[in-house]
Amino acid sequence: MEYLLLFIGTVIVNNFVLVQFLGICPFLGVSKQVSTSVGMGIATTFVMVMAALASWLIEHFILVPLDLVYLRTLSFILVIAALVQLVEMFLHKSIPGLYRAMGIFLPLITTNCAVLGLSLNAVLRSYNLGESLVYGFGAGVGFTLALILMAGIREELEFADIPKPLKGAAIALITAGLLSLAFSGFAGMI
Amino acid sequence: MYNSLVALASMGGLGIVLSVGLVIAAKKFAVQVDERIEEIEIALPGVNCGACGFAGCRSLAEAIAEGKAPVNGCPVGGIDVASKIAEIMGTASGNAPERKVAQVLCKGGCAEATQRAEYDGPNDCRIMNIIQGGDKGCTYGCLGGGTCVEVCPFNAMYMNENGLPVVIEEKCTGCGKCVEACPRDIIILVGEEYGVHIRCRSFAPGKEVRQVCKVGCIACRRCEKECPYDAITVTNNLAQIDYDKCTVCRKCVAVCPVHTIEEQEGKPEIKAKKAG
Repeated sequence: MEYLLLFIGTVIVNNFVLVQFLGICPFLGVSKQVSTSVGMGIATTFVMVMAALASWLIEHFILVPLDLVYLRTLSFILVIAALVQLVEMFLHKSIPGLYRAMGIFLPLITTNCAVLGLSLNAVLRSYNLGESLVYGFGAGVGFTLALILMAGIREELEFADIPKPLKGAAIALITAGLLSLAFSGFAGMI
Repeated sequence: MYNSLVALASMGGLGIVLSVGLVIAAKKFAVQVDERIEEIEIALPGVNCGACGFAGCRSLAEAIAEGKAPVNGCPVGGIDVASKIAEIMGTASGNAPERKVAQVLCKGGCAEATQRAEYDGPNDCRIMNIIQGGDKGCTYGCLGGGTCVEVCPFNAMYMNENGLPVVIEEKCTGCGKCVEACPRDIIILVGEEYGVHIRCRSFAPGKEVRQVCKVGCIACRRCEKECPYDAITVTNNLAQIDYDKCTVCRKCVAVCPVHTIEEQEGKPEIKAKKAG
């Protein structure tokens, strides 16, 4: 029950993108098509779960015992970068179409602040291993959810009669703002 | 001292463990890349202009290596690049790709066209065009903001003192960047051998054109009647050349009363076309 609450809380109430405003760059960059946003979401979710696991291990077996807590950010970024490299190689080998569609945003998962934010948050809230994993998975699912919602709306926007000055980035930002506003309605639910 | 050594060792160790893991993963997930792609990419000009119709030089290189694009697919590189790529691919070099150059279809500069307002904003045609269609009397003609000159990756354009862009044809590669940038669609790509152009894009009736521009097409149809090859048609108050039919005979140039039609030197008549 506790895990379920944590999961739902992370996906909806404290959605990483729409409520905590982490990972806005890929949220706007890869949300033009539902298909690519699903791929991006899955790749990011994988990285997030792995990052949650790796950061927990590093925190409890390297940083705390060796009294090196001040190196937390550095070591987490190192691990995240390596994980993203791994995902990139895997995708290049097995799903080249998706690899090409995601383009620069795939290596940019490295600098996706949502991934680092998740690792740091999990440690700061002193989650245990299970909680960290659920938290990581929830963050990934929440990110994917936000991306798919945005992509669905933007696909429809392509056919909408948008006033000229609002075309492109402007309407995307307004849409993102409205989505975020909608998600703020979940605040205090858990 | 001891602390920093521990920090150094642990972070270094972490880095080494991760890099070993990545090396193993790289071996396992290695993708066979066609070596020729790299070579072709080096042979290509590398400006990623997109004139070939692919996303960039890399995409064209991949397409050539897979046989999806001809070895002479790069219009910018011309015959030199085509023969280099043919060597890499081990096939006969194709013909030189047809070379296209940009043509500016407006002659109404500061001296010829009227001004209807004072524009004091940023010097960018796209902005000018949004604001009430610009400051010129003619709402079809060149705005003179020089956006095409700015976007040209080959420095093949400049603005003359009359406020019109000029294409330096020797440098132009036909990449189409200026065509895309121009908010008035004044610039088109034409095969370099064609030396006669109707330099006007105004669909306004002749009377209105006369009021705002000395050199705009008034749709008098004289060129249409004069052309022996039916290459010129007047539709929507504007004469337009069908370049597939044009033989650069220059008969239309002489009859145009407003001198909208312009001939370029050094581009002789195309004799071969006459038969067809």
